[in-house]
Amino acid sequence: MTVQTDTPLEYLLHLADNVLILGHRLSEWCGHGPVLEQDIALTNISLDLVGQARMYYQYAAEIEGNGKTEDDLAYLRDVPEFRNFLLTEQPNGDWGQTIVRQFLFDAWHHPLLKALTESSDQRIAEVAQKSLKEVTYHLRYSSEWVIRLGDGTDESNRRMNTALDMLWPYTGELFTDTPMDMAIHKKEIAPLPSSIHTQWMDTVTEVLNRATLTIPNNDWAQSGGKTGQWHTEHLGHILAEMQWMQRAYPNMQW
Amino acid sequence: MTVESTWSKEFILDILSTVTDPEIPALTVEDLGVIREINISPENGVEVVITPTYSGCPAMKTIEVNILATLQEAGISPAQVRTILAPPWTTDWISDAGRQKLREYGIAPPVGSPDKGTLFSDAPSVDCPHCGSPHTEMISQFGSTPCKSLYKCSDCLEPFDYFKCH
Repeated sequence: MTVQTDTPLEYLLHLADNVLILGHRLSEWCGHGPVLEQDIALTNISLDLVGQARMYYQYAAEIEGNGKTEDDLAYLRDVPEFRNFLLTEQPNGDWGQTIVRQFLFDAWHHPLLKALTESSDQRIAEVAQKSLKEVTYHLRYSSEWVIRLGDGTDESNRRMNTALDMLWPYTGELFTDTPMDMAIHKKEIAPLPSSIHTQWMDTVTEVLNRATLTIPNNDWAQSGGKTGQWHTEHLGHILAEMQWMQRAYPNMQW
Repeated sequence: MTVESTWSKEFILDILSTVTDPEIPALTVEDLGVIREINISPENGVEVVITPTYSGCPAMKTIEVNILATLQEAGISPAQVRTILAPPWTTDWISDAGRQKLREYGIAPPVGSPDKGTLFSDAPSVDCPHCGSPHTEMISQFGSTPCKSLYKCSDCLEPFDYFKCH
């Protein structure tokens, strides 16, 4: 049954792809975490994110109709069709880099979801309300680890600053308004990305200061993921692994 | 199979009282507050409306399947399970009986109410379900399942799971 809605399919895919790709990156730590409790923590966060992805994909599949399912959208689209932020594709690197990537994302994700609970699209509002509870824990977890590692040893501090410098250019994309953003904002479906920047910067500044880390002085915003214009070299490898079974054995069922 | 006029919500709930959380078998789905509505109609039979706990909770599918199987075994047909997202599940819906069962099972039940606002607040103060001592510390925000944190008791030295406030 095709569902009628004002929400563009592309926006739902963007929301879903963000959490699917980031969730997948976190799952790569499974069995490789530095300590058991943190291995479990990352995979729990991964599970939350993939669960959220499922909710968005299910809605998107209903909108697309013609028998499409959440699995089709997650496993049978290739790189040019993905709409996730470039930040989510970046490699795990060392533990610090994973934490920095997570923190920069969580600090955006939390205020976004808060705003989406007011969406004129009732389904999005429901998914956001549910996800917000979980993301509150994610933000707390990643913030505490940024502080622990930043205000840790000389080596951990150095690695964290290196990670920050590397990932910072991918944060601008989170706050860039596209024509799609402006259109859906007019319909009160979603906030303007630029409107989230202040809150993000407040959280980031507070946490990085407590972590004795340096806020990078770099305005360059690498983009292209959300619009689908281009992705980094990483997404192809991610999908190759994530989608391998469905690609090798099309229409396989458990 | 026809819908019996003797089927009532209480009757269906009674049948479902054997359906437990697959990870925490001490708790029934009713204790968890996961069952939101039971609708009975001549056309559609019995519809059990549930709400998921955590977005990615893998146990929800099992719970759905178990509900259907239990109804079928009891001769209740036709039957469906529908999932709704709103209002979102909260640990506030765990019954008092459920909380006691958690304690007896060795899991500390949720304390206080879910805080959405504060970024840096103290970890909830939780009593040890084994010895009752309040001298406990959080080892990790994330435990054996997405819904639990890992704590340790400083008195009896046993680790235990804490059911997170959600």
